[in-house]
Amino acid sequence: MSDPVRAIGSSPPRLEAGDKAIGRAQYVDDIQRPGMLYAALLTSPHAHARILGYRLDAARAIAGVKAIVTGADLSGSRSGGIIKDESMVARGKVRYVGEIVAAVAASDPQTASRAATAIELDYEPLDAVLTIDEALAPGAPVLHEESASYVKAIQGGGHGNVVFETTVAEGDVERAFAQCDVIVENTWQTQAQHNAYLEPGGCVADVDASGRITLYASCQSVHHVQQRVAEELGEPMARIRAIAMRVGGGFGGKHASNIHSIAAWLARAARRPVKLVLSRMQDFEIQRSRHPARIWMKTGARRDGMILARDVRITLDGGAYADESPPVLAFALLMSRGPYRIANVRARGQAVYTNKLRAGSFRGFGNPQASFAGESQIDELASRLGINPVELRLANAMRPNDTAFGGQPVASCVLRECIARVRDAQREAPPLAPRNGRRRGVGFAVMSHISGLMGTAATVQLRTDGSIALSTGCVDIGQGSDTAMVQICADALSVPIERVSYAPQDSDASPYNWKTAGSRSTYMTGRAVAVASLEMRDRMLAHAADMMECAVVDLELRPGGVVGLKGVPKTVGFREIAMRSLFHSGGPIVVTHGFVFDGTGFDPKRASIHQLAFANLGVYTFGAQCVEVDVDEGTGQVEVRRAWCAHDVGRAINPVSCEGQIQGGFVQGMGYALVEAMKWNAEGWLITATLADYKVPGVLDCPPEIHPIILEDPDPTHPVGAKGIGEPSLVGAAPAIANAICNATGARLRTLPMTPERVLNAMDSRS
Amino acid sequence: MSRDLPVNLEINGAAVALEVPLTETLLATLRERLQLTGAKRGCNQGVCGACTVTLDGVAVRACLSLTLNCEGQKVATIEGVAADPLIEALQQAFVDGGALQCGFCTPGQLIAARALLSQNSDPSVEEVQQGLSGNLCRCTGYRKIIDAVLSAARSMRK
Repeated sequence: MSDPVRAIGSSPPRLEAGDKAIGRAQYVDDIQRPGMLYAALLTSPHAHARILGYRLDAARAIAGVKAIVTGADLSGSRSGGIIKDESMVARGKVRYVGEIVAAVAASDPQTASRAATAIELDYEPLDAVLTIDEALAPGAPVLHEESASYVKAIQGGGHGNVVFETTVAEGDVERAFAQCDVIVENTWQTQAQHNAYLEPGGCVADVDASGRITLYASCQSVHHVQQRVAEELGEPMARIRAIAMRVGGGFGGKHASNIHSIAAWLARAARRPVKLVLSRMQDFEIQRSRHPARIWMKTGARRDGMILARDVRITLDGGAYADESPPVLAFALLMSRGPYRIANVRARGQAVYTNKLRAGSFRGFGNPQASFAGESQIDELASRLGINPVELRLANAMRPNDTAFGGQPVASCVLRECIARVRDAQREAPPLAPRNGRRRGVGFAVMSHISGLMGTAATVQLRTDGSIALSTGCVDIGQGSDTAMVQICADALSVPIERVSYAPQDSDASPYNWKTAGSRSTYMTGRAVAVASLEMRDRMLAHAADMMECAVVDLELRPGGVVGLKGVPKTVGFREIAMRSLFHSGGPIVVTHGFVFDGTGFDPKRASIHQLAFANLGVYTFGAQCVEVDVDEGTGQVEVRRAWCAHDVGRAINPVSCEGQIQGGFVQGMGYALVEAMKWNAEGWLITATLADYKVPGVLDCPPEIHPIILEDPDPTHPVGAKGIGEPSLVGAAPAIANAICNATGARLRTLPMTPERVLNAMDSRS
Repeated sequence: MSRDLPVNLEINGAAVALEVPLTETLLATLRERLQLTGAKRGCNQGVCGACTVTLDGVAVRACLSLTLNCEGQKVATIEGVAADPLIEALQQAFVDGGALQCGFCTPGQLIAARALLSQNSDPSVEEVQQGLSGNLCRCTGYRKIIDAVLSAARSMRK
């Protein structure tokens, strides 16, 4: 049994770890249902084309084909997130190579696949735009001519190929630059990175006799899947149920549901269960990527190192559909100041449509792009000022009770401690032996991120035997939230975690949760769990006071599910309280607590904000990273030898899981920095659509030392002080490595990924 | 469509006689025909290693192995090695050490690590990295996987 007193701060093995280790954890592709059909997809060979017609006879004639859907079957308005510009299969036009144009359900995968390829479409090819510049050129072909008619949750953009544009500004940038002694200005370029979770996207859709559909999904929110599928099928949400399976990674890539509706549609049409699991190549071609970005940035400081002004322009390549482009852009702008006290900042941004895969949510959500530019520029500024880059960061770092860019007060901020911790750890580490032909460099980067936004809820129920049933809508996509939620509940009630059951996510039963995204689960859902658990404690104490004929203040919770009278051995157990509530007091004790993020919000008096794609966000976290790299003088190969990553988590619910988030995020960030890149050819074909062509870091690329350093500065708005740690660890890697390469060689890399070729070129062009 | 042909395998200690098409991979046979879904389909082209099983003790990618080529061989999957002390030590070390997150790569990592440790009971860090170099993980950053394999090796030597 685990220690009932200290459930928080201990690292019990994950609840589901045993099942995962023996191969029994159930993912979508492991599902078998009687009579199940298999779906296959036909995708567009054109980057941009009008669909003139479909020929389905050959496919329909194949024995075993049970249902086909194409864009001709769809009616009504389009779907999507903030701008409703998508449909589950293309309608009228295709806008990227790989866009789904038709889907088939058949008795076995081979038949489905044969039938999909037997479908013929007539296309009228159109000129395509594949880059930001092509998309914004005068007279460029327009992807969404009917954009004005789309349903939009925000305004801003909608002309030409502009998806969304906005500005966030504080102070007077022009006047401040006039007072600067040193000004640095440059442009950075970042690439499309693929989430590359190990489990490709998919779902199984089943249908009952009444036509009600149940989806078993690999997803980041059952409530989102339910809503999106209902919208695309034109069904009330009451007729759609979504259940989360074990999810083989998401990282934002399964944040929006753009394939589940197809399985649901085919199941409804065939009245049979349908499995749709993407091949790895399809997953690359039709899901989403991190936004490629072009960032121009100018920062100015006084000779003493005080940074006075920053001006930023961010242009995001959003691909063919808006997906999460508006909020990613807005968040990139908010993060572009960096965690610094800079009084005068102007951040202007645009996201544009291009004829490529949609870009969307990916761990960091615009912050990695903005921080690559910002943190590289801090080093350049330090070099021009002749100030040590760590000292420059310390001097300008945000402190407690400062405000974020946008005006929200930040009560808790341990950024300076994070910087000092990584600096000292690196200094005190025994130096690695120098290597022939390699240059050694050290680089730093800092970052902030958020962990509070949108809505969530939790339900805690006392069972008749005194054990606890906990339920939330928070889908564990591998980060360990199931275990963290149970630890928070068990801790509040002083019971061992084995005494708390945790319900799988099911839209029919789970309390609402927006999504597993934005580093928000431990702060948002964890807070709902803590508040509900504490109210459960109070309700039990009230029963116990009646039972023991005393006042509530004379009672205390004792470890192991017992309420005791202070100072005396007299107790009542949770079981007795449960029985009393059930038979003498109107039913079981059930507590639900839900809330929408309730931070102070943006301050319109301080910041001028043109448009944001979210009403409120906050609960800022801070971190600092330091890396040591070796750069091969002959090949330009960069090797990360050691990394120190200091991150504030508020309160570490499960320290081993926190370390896992830090190490895993850092290595994904290393992939972004050094190797990962999705590439398209001149016709718009993705030429890196396999894991052989699209490299992610392997175990041989893993630095021998990645030291997570966990700082705990409790957040005052969370009963146990927790904040998020899902994303920040990725954010610092690219700029820290770029700064280390520059420290080693004098070469400044401003384009990702920093491949050997680019490093060599940069080294050659120094002189 | 190709004709089904007979094949005899020993899967997790039990003799299995099947008739399968020439093109059927061992991964399809295990997952679809025998409902042994512990081996995962991550890429289906031999890159990610999530489908790793052993053939006569050697770690192979089930997605690149044709079932008919495995005639007479011993196949071990994560489901079948449960009683083996080496896999138990590895499983325990992975679970205790936080060496798994989403879990999708885990069966493949464990089978590859078992194949490594059964050849080399005291591997160095570099040898562990070599032994697992065919298995991608997108969640953990690998450090805790390497540590778990070393810790399992230590516990087996005691």
